[in-house]
Amino acid sequence: MTRELIGMIFILLGIMFDFFGVLGLVRLPDVYNRLQAATKCVTFGSAGILFGVFIIQGFNNFGFKVILGIVFIFLTSPVSAHAISRAAHRSKIPLAKESVVDQYQEDNELKD
Amino acid sequence: MKIQQRSRIYVFIFSFLVWIALTSITDIQEVIAGLLVAVLVSIVAGKFLITSEKSGHIFKRILSLIHYLFKFLWEMAKANLHVAFIVIHPSLPIKPGIVKIKTNLTKDSAITVLTNSITLTPGTLTVDVNLETKEIYVHWIDVLSTDVDKNTKTIGGKFETLLTEVFE
Repeated sequence: MTRELIGMIFILLGIMFDFFGVLGLVRLPDVYNRLQAATKCVTFGSAGILFGVFIIQGFNNFGFKVILGIVFIFLTSPVSAHAISRAAHRSKIPLAKESVVDQYQEDNELKD
Repeated sequence: MKIQQRSRIYVFIFSFLVWIALTSITDIQEVIAGLLVAVLVSIVAGKFLITSEKSGHIFKRILSLIHYLFKFLWEMAKANLHVAFIVIHPSLPIKPGIVKIKTNLTKDSAITVLTNSITLTPGTLTVDVNLETKEIYVHWIDVLSTDVDKNTKTIGGKFETLLTEVFE
C-alpha cells in the first residue's frame, strides 16, 4: 500500500516535470534554449515516471526492464541533444537576440 | 591481448547477468539461449569495455563512482527546479549564451561522461568539444560571467575531481 503511494508520488512528479518541459518548449525563444527544456525536463520527467513504475512493480523482471529504460534514456538523450545543437550551430542558425555571448562563434571565426 | 581477453570475460558475465534479470527463468532452454547470446555479444563487442590497465584500486573506484552518481542526481534535481522556475516565470528571465570551459581529463570515456553530465544538468548543454586544446563549448541558459576559469569552476568543477578518481 505505502509502496504504491510512493510510486504514485514519483509518477506525479514525473508528469509535472514533463509538463514544465513542454511549457519550456513552447515559451523559450531559439533552438538551443528549446533543446535545454526538451532534453532536461523531459528526461527527468520520463525517468521519474519510470522510477515510479519500478517502485510499484518491485524487483522482478518487469521492474528490471524499467530500470534498463532509465539507463538508456540517460545515455542517449544527451548525445542527441549534443548532435542537434552542434548541427544547428554549424548550419549558422543564430542564437536568440537576448543572448549575451557566443565564444564558440568567436573561436571558429579565428580559425577560418 | 591479455587485456582484451579479460574485457571479453567481463562483458560475458555482465551480459549473462542482464539476461537473467530480464527473463524470469523457468526452463533450461532460456539459460542456454542466454549463454549463446552472451557469447555472441562478448565476441562482437567485448573488447571495448576495458582498454587499458588501471592503477587505482577497484573498490575505491566503485565507491567514487557511487559517490559521483549521488552527487550528479542531487545537482540535477537542483538545476531542474531552477529551469522549471524560469519556464513558469511570467517574464522569462533568461540570459543565454555559449561559453567556453576547460577540462583536465585525458581519456575519451571520462570526457564523454563529463559532457553527458553537463548536458543532463538543466541549464547547460554541451555544443562541441575541442580535443586538442581540451576545451568544451557549453550553451548556458543563465550566463553569470564570460571568464573561462570561473566558468570551469561553476560548470565542470563539481564533477571533474570525482571523475578523475573514477577514470584515471
